[in-house]
Amino acid sequence: MKVSYYPGCTLRNKARDLDIWARRSAEALGVELCELEDWQCCGGVFVAARDEIATKLSSVRALAQARDRGQPLVTVCSACHNVIKRTNQTLRTDADFAAKVHNYMAQDPNPIAPYTGETEVYHYLELLRDVVGFDRVRAAVKHPLTGKKIAAYYGCLLLRPGKVMRMDDPENPRVMEDFIRALGAEPVVYPARNECCGGYVVLENAQSAEKRSRTVSASAAGHGAEMIVTACPLCKYNLVKSGSELPVVYFTELLAEALGVKEESYAE
Amino acid sequence: MQNKNERRREQILRISGVNPLKCMRCGKCSATCPSYDEMEYHPHEFVYMVETGDLEPLIHSTSIYQCLSCMACVERCPRGVEPGKLIEALRLTVIREKDANHMTADTIPAVIDDETPQQAIVSALRKYTK
Ligand code: SF4
Ligand code: SF4
Repeated sequence: MKVSYYPGCTLRNKARDLDIWARRSAEALGVELCELEDWQCCGGVFVAARDEIATKLSSVRALAQARDRGQPLVTVCSACHNVIKRTNQTLRTDADFAAKVHNYMAQDPNPIAPYTGETEVYHYLELLRDVVGFDRVRAAVKHPLTGKKIAAYYGCLLLRPGKVMRMDDPENPRVMEDFIRALGAEPVVYPARNECCGGYVVLENAQSAEKRSRTVSASAAGHGAEMIVTACPLCKYNLVKSGSELPVVYFTELLAEALGVKEESYAE
Repeated sequence: MQNKNERRREQILRISGVNPLKCMRCGKCSATCPSYDEMEYHPHEFVYMVETGDLEPLIHSTSIYQCLSCMACVERCPRGVEPGKLIEALRLTVIREKDANHMTADTIPAVIDDETPQQAIVSALRKYTK
C-alpha cells in the first residue's frame, strides 16, 4: 500500500534515526512511504490562536498534496503530527479559518483547489495499529525483544488535545504499550508517561525543562524500566540532556531492530 | 489606558475562543500544570484575571513565557475552559506589539548545543516571536 509521508525538518537533521528506521520498517511491512514534494517545516508547535493563519499554511500545503494524490498522510515526529492534525481539524470545523486560508493559498504561484480537511492523517503508530495491524507486525518480527522492560513515553503532543488527536485515551493510552508487546517486549506503565518533558521551554528556562524531564525518567526508572521509547526528537533531547539514567530510543529504531532490518547498511 | 486594556481583553477572548465565565474556580488546571512552580500567576489565576480585566500584572509577568503548551490544563479542566489557549492568546497580544519579541535569532546560539533538535528552535521562535 502507498501512503504520503511527511518527514519534517528535524528528521532530516538531528533525528535522522527516527526517519531512516521508519522507512526501513515500513518497507519490511509492505507499506510504501511516498515522501511529499517540496514539503515545508510545520513550525514545530501549533499556535492555537484563531487569527494565526500564515503559520499554518505549510501544514495545509502538505495536507492538500496528499489529498491530490488520493493518499492518507503519515507523520512520524510527534510535533509534526500534532501541528498537522490540529490544522486539519481546524479546517474541518472553522469555516472562517478555512476561508482565510483559501485567500492566502490563492496567491501561491500554482494555487491548489480549496482544501477543507479531506485528508486522513495518521501517526506512524496509528498506521501500525489501524492499517497494518499489530498482529501483522507481530508476525513480521524476526528478533523478538523478549524480556526487555520498556517504558513508552507519550509526552503531551501525541495525545492532546484528546478530542482532536483521537489517537488514544489521553489519560490511559495503550497504543505504544501494544506496540511494545507486538515486538515481544514487556511494557512498563508509569505515572509520568503522558506528562510534558519541558518542550521548547528548554531554550527559555533550561532548569524548568530539566526538572520536567527528570520527573519523567525517574518515574520510568522507578517502575523498573530498562529503556524509554519516544516518537519525539525534543522529548529525547530533553530526557538525555537532563541526565536520564535510562537510554532513550526512538520507537522506529526498536521496530527496525525487531523486524531485523537494522543490521543493513545505513546508507540511503 | 482603560480602552487599551479593554481592547486587549476583547482580543484575548476573541483569538483564544475561551469564555472565562465557564470557570468554576476548582483549580484543577493549576494543580495539573507542570510549570506551576515556575509561575507567579497560575492557570486558574489567568482565567480569573482575564475575566475581571486585571491584565497589567499578567502582561509584565514572566509567567506568560513559562507555559509549555502541553495542554494538560485544557484536557483536564472539568468545564472545558481551556486555560492554555487563554495564556497563549495573552502572550500573543504582548509579543505582537512593536519590538516586543521575547526571543530573537541572535539570542538562539547561546542557548543551544550540538544536539539541540531543529524542532526546539522553530517551536521557541514560534511561541516567543511574531
Ligand atoms: S480547571 Fe477549569 S474550571 Fe477549574 S479553575 Fe481551571 S479553568 Fe476553572
Ligand atoms: S498548557 Fe501551559 S498552563 Fe496549561 S498545563 Fe500546560 S504548561 Fe500549564
